[in-house]
Amino acid sequence: MGVDMKVVVNFDLCESNAVCMGIAPEVFEVRDDDFLYILQEEPAEELRGKVEEAARRCPKQAITVED
Amino acid sequence: MAPILVVGASLAGLSALDALRTAGHDGEVIVVDAAPELPSDRPPLSKQVLAGTMEPEAAHQPLANRLAELDAEIRFSTSATALDAATRTVTFADGTAITAEGIVLAMGASPRRLPGGELAGVHVVRTLADSLALRRDLTASPNRVAVIGAGFIGAEVAATCRGLGLEVTMIEAAPVPMVRVLPSAIGGFVADVHRDHGVDVRLGVGVSGLLADGDRVRGVELADGSVIDADVVVVGIGVVPSVDWLEGSGVPVGNGITCDETCLAAPGIVAAGDVAEWFNPHFGERMRVEQWEHAIEHGAAAGRRLLAGDDGEPFGSVPWFWSDQYDRKLQMAGRPAADDEVVMLDGTVEERRFVAGFRRGDRCTGVLGVNRPRHAIQARMRLVESLNWAPIRDLFT
Ligand SMILES: Cc1cc2nc3c(=O)[nH]c(=O)nc-3n(C[C@H](O)[C@H](O)[C@H](O)COP(=O)(O)OP(=O)(O)OC[C@H]3O[C@@H](n4cnc5c(N)ncnc54)[C@H](O)[C@@H]3O)c2cc1C
Ligand code: SF4
Repeated sequence: MGVDMKVVVNFDLCESNAVCMGIAPEVFEVRDDDFLYILQEEPAEELRGKVEEAARRCPKQAITVED
Repeated sequence: MAPILVVGASLAGLSALDALRTAGHDGEVIVVDAAPELPSDRPPLSKQVLAGTMEPEAAHQPLANRLAELDAEIRFSTSATALDAATRTVTFADGTAITAEGIVLAMGASPRRLPGGELAGVHVVRTLADSLALRRDLTASPNRVAVIGAGFIGAEVAATCRGLGLEVTMIEAAPVPMVRVLPSAIGGFVADVHRDHGVDVRLGVGVSGLLADGDRVRGVELADGSVIDADVVVVGIGVVPSVDWLEGSGVPVGNGITCDETCLAAPGIVAAGDVAEWFNPHFGERMRVEQWEHAIEHGAAAGRRLLAGDDGEPFGSVPWFWSDQYDRKLQMAGRPAADDEVVMLDGTVEERRFVAGFRRGDRCTGVLGVNRPRHAIQARMRLVESLNWAPIRDLFT
């Protein structure tokens, strides 16, 4: 139920280390230019677990999940 | 019911607490730490905090903001001094004791020191206070900083000091830097990066002692008789797991706390993070890993293990760490041995941007990416599936 989550990355903190991509490649992608791209800002609910895991394990604490 | 006791309120300990709550454990949990306040996140202490580009308050642990919802009683300035594994009773420095239903041992490690380490101007970097004390000395325009040890902390401190415009000598007893994490055939690259940036790198020479001028350090004497004049000395010669107080406790101790493949050290007692050695089934080896993400994952596995009774799950993992030195970001997945073969998979050492694979027979024991985050993480994902060499090689052809 309810609204989709929204994934927000603080790009001032993000240092493109791609940890998030390892956990949720559906949502996060670091490309060959070494920048992080968010593939889906409002991913489907079934990705919540992975996205929250990525937020938890981001070494820069750059990811927030808003409801 | 008796509480669950967590010793150590850093990455591994708090991650265990988080896992207990996530698994639905709603009983009492008490977390103790010898430190006077919540330990900071450590990686910025040799990087941004030391450089002065990050406010100390910003260097907080991932779970710091969520502590309240984890609903534990946290006691600071509380050192555990004795354990009786048979009754799961921990005694503290103030004489009080807690008998627990389950115990998580997550005491981490503390830096090795050198004789003369108490001299003014001599530093180690483990806590926020250490980092700020070193920063004070670095901002007082020292003539030269001597960094003893070219492990990842020493190498990062050397890079940060150069970034501040200071003269730096980095001394390493081994023939190449970062010997405990990287195969020696690639370590030379790290030395070259530091030389590129103007560090006086001395390899293969030990330190015979610190020289003092009154109660202040004035230099370092090397085993070959030479002397480095330095008014600030940073000692980065590794850490010792914080296990002294476990002697006679019934918890097995060797290279840290000795655990089985499920993180169990004794009935109802688990251990995780820098302090714990366990059998990693993914590698088929015992290992003790001193890395940030490992502490989080290991802590979570240990927390779940406590609730699992007799059928705990093995904790298999591909360790992963990063290290920032100048504008280079090193990321390594795996656990190579010093004499593993090094195979360049992408880029070149000369460009300072590459992916190197470490190989032992048919096995890939690790992958190092230098300014190659995408590739490093892709290789890690493959290693999580299997340690076979072929799929790693295929990723780059
Ligand atoms: C300067 C620095 C930079 C780093 N940079 C990186 C990096 O870039 N990448 C990376 O992957 N890793 C890095 N690391 C490593 C990473 O920070 C550690 O692996 C991690 O902190 C280990 O977490 P832990 O919870 O096991 O132990 P610790 O963080 O060591 O915490 C253990 C806690 O237990 C407490 N304690 C100890 N003994 C007792 C006792 N008897 N009673 C009560 N409490 C006790 C201590 O006070 C401490 O707070 C760095 C470490 C340092 C020091
Ligand atoms: S894990 Fe964090 S720092 Fe790394 S790329 Fe993702 S958002 Fe950026």
